[in-house]
This record gives sequence, C-alpha cells and structure tokens, in this order.
Amino acid sequence: MSNVFIAFQANEESRPIVDAVIRDNPNAEVVYSPGLVKIDAPNSLIINRETIEEETGRDFDLQEIHINLVTLSGHVEEDEDQLKLSWDH
Amino acid sequence: MNVDLHTKSIEQLRNTYSHVEKYVKGNKPATRYEEATFGAQSTTNFHYRPTWAPDYELFDASRTKVILDDWYVLRDPRQFYYGNWTMTRAKQQDAMEASYRFVESKNLLDNIPTPVQKLVCDVILPLRHVAWGGNMNNCNIAAIGYGTVFTAPAMFHAMDQLGVAQYITRLGLTIGGTEVLDSGKDAWINQPHWQVLRRYIEDTFVIEDPFELFIAQNIALDGQLYEMIFESFVEQHLTSKGVSAIAMVTSFINDWFKESSRWIDAVIKIAADESDANNKLISTWVNKWGKRAQSSLEPIAELAFSEESQMAIDSSRSKMNERCKKSGLTIK
Repeated sequence: MSNVFIAFQANEESRPIVDAVIRDNPNAEVVYSPGLVKIDAPNSLIINRETIEEETGRDFDLQEIHINLVTLSGHVEEDEDQLKLSWDH
Repeated sequence: MNVDLHTKSIEQLRNTYSHVEKYVKGNKPATRYEEATFGAQSTTNFHYRPTWAPDYELFDASRTKVILDDWYVLRDPRQFYYGNWTMTRAKQQDAMEASYRFVESKNLLDNIPTPVQKLVCDVILPLRHVAWGGNMNNCNIAAIGYGTVFTAPAMFHAMDQLGVAQYITRLGLTIGGTEVLDSGKDAWINQPHWQVLRRYIEDTFVIEDPFELFIAQNIALDGQLYEMIFESFVEQHLTSKGVSAIAMVTSFINDWFKESSRWIDAVIKIAADESDANNKLISTWVNKWGKRAQSSLEPIAELAFSEESQMAIDSSRSKMNERCKKSGLTIK
C-alpha cells in the first residue's frame, strides 16, 4: 500500500476544499504547515464537487481547485464531478 | 564554521477570537464568515430604551414571538459576509453586462413583436415597486431583528432587492425609455389589478414582528411571485413564444431567487426545528400570508397568462408549499 497526496496553499479559498476532502476520505491525514496544507491518503483520494458545494453553499467548478493547488502525487482521473488520485494504472 | 538552517513551525494557541470560538466546531481556525458574523450582535449595556419603542431594548430578541435559545443557530448556507457577497454580485453584474451587450448589439429587444413588448412592460415593469417594497422590508428585518447571523443576510437581501428593481428599470429603459417607467408606476398606483398586491406590500410595511415580516415578504410573497413571473412567465411562457431575450436580461433575478431561497429555507427550517411552538407559529404565518399573497397575485397572473392563469397560480403556490414542507412546516 502506498500513499497518494495533494497539497494546497493554506488560505480561505482552499479551506472548504480541504474540509470536503476530509469528509469524503476518512482515512486521509492532514498535515498543516506554514502556508501549506498537505493531505495524505492510503491508496486513493477523492475530491467531490458536490461535497465542496455543500461546504461553500454555492456552485463550484472543480477547475477552481487549480488556483490553490500546489502539488500532488498519484495518477489523476478527473471529470466535472470529481478528481480521483490513485495508483490504479 | 557550520551553519544549520532549519524551519520551525509555531502552532497557534488560539485559532480565533473568544466570542467566535464557541461557535466554531473542533477548535479549527474560524472562517471569514464566522469571524465576520458570530458574536457580533450587541447584547448588553444599551443604557437607554429607544424613545420610539420604550417596551424594548435597542436590540431585543423579544420583538419576535419566535423563541430561539441562541440566535446564532440561523446560519446562512451561502456563508455570505460583506466581502464575498459583493464579489459574488460583482461577478453576476459582469455576466449581466455581457448579456446586455449581446442583446443590444443584436437588437433583440427591439425585434420583439409590439404586443409581446407591451405584455412584458405591463407585467414586469410595476414589479420594480414590488422589489422596492422588498428592500424596505428586509431593511426593517435588519433593523429590528436579532442576531447578526440573521440580520446581516437580511441587509444583503435588501440590497439585492434594489438590484432587482434596477435590472427591471433597465429593461424598461431599453425597451421604451422613461415613458415605460412612468406608465409602469401609473399602473402600480392606479390600475385595479395591481391594487391587491400593492395593499399587501403596504400592509407588510407595518408588521412589527421581524420574523413574521421575514415570512410575509421572503417566502409567502417572493416565494410565489418570483416563481410565477420569472420562472414561469419569463423563462417558460415567453421563451415558448420565441422571446428569449427577456430571460437573458433578467437572468440575474432568477439566479438570485434560487440562491437566496436556500438561505430563506434554512432560516425557516432551523427556527421551526427548535420547538413545536416555533413550528406552529411559523406555519400559521406561512398559511396566513401565503394565502393572501396568492390572492394578490391572481389578477397579475390573469394579465400575464390570460386563460392559463389558474394553472400558473396553483403551480407557484404548490412550489412555495413544497419548500415549506421540506422545512418541516405544516401547510394547509
């Protein structure tokens, strides 16, 4: 088993995204460091548009995560509704 | 000599102000919404009672019969505070400007057949006065309501209502200039089929309970009016006649109606969930004002839909009822 991870700038815009990731991935571990939030998860990690919309209370375009995305590892599978990181390929 | 550089992160002991802290779950840093809203209501040391209402303190939760243990439970699901509210509206304004540029460059409003233009003016233009009434009432909710979490979005809502009135004004100016505005106002004051609604609005101006006012304006009236005019009439009725330019230049109104409905429904649901007494009280208000609003909209439905008016009235009432039932109210 190996980890995937994704890291965002620690700011007001990425907070609902991080909260949504925590809700959708109970195994994820969040590491806060100055200016950066890194989320590690075993095997796979999912970001759902709907969960972010519940957190923010407004419509969300999943592409908006790229504004604050710093880095990630894992194979990316992405459509309008979710972004999935895993080592499936 | 060997110099070692390493970073050291210092963990904050406190994540937010103490008056915000108790509303934030799990000792997390508070969001901007939480910091701008929670614990902001003045609660003590008012010294003097207002001379115009000596029965109450300046800010007094007992102005409404709805009883909440803590008014900060009425969270706005949109999480609007001044900053992100203005940014959201500015973006929507940009989108509307783009629509207007498109519609004007293609002469889409001028190309609408004259009888349909007249119908649009007759049905929509007097609504700028209705929106102004909505502005007044939400200002009043912000003034006499209790709890920033409830009054701040009410103030945003008041300004949004002004925005709606301005977009309607602009539509009128683009179609036919100031004469259209004048005849719209004349219809609002003198034409019999607007008078029932005008009386409704004027009666809501003197409701003294801020929560009852919230119900009468934001769900009972607007919940049916916007459903009927901007959803059914503009988006469906006119569009099915091949006139979609009106929907383009009023799209903000529809988007805003859907967005703000989430806030209104959440407020009703949380307040009604707190106790049976609240639930009963709010249900009574919704039934009372909802019925009155429905009958005040009937003449306007006839104007807009002619023979299909009853259907439009029934459908907008049942949509409003559905929202209220979802919030846990008992609807007759």
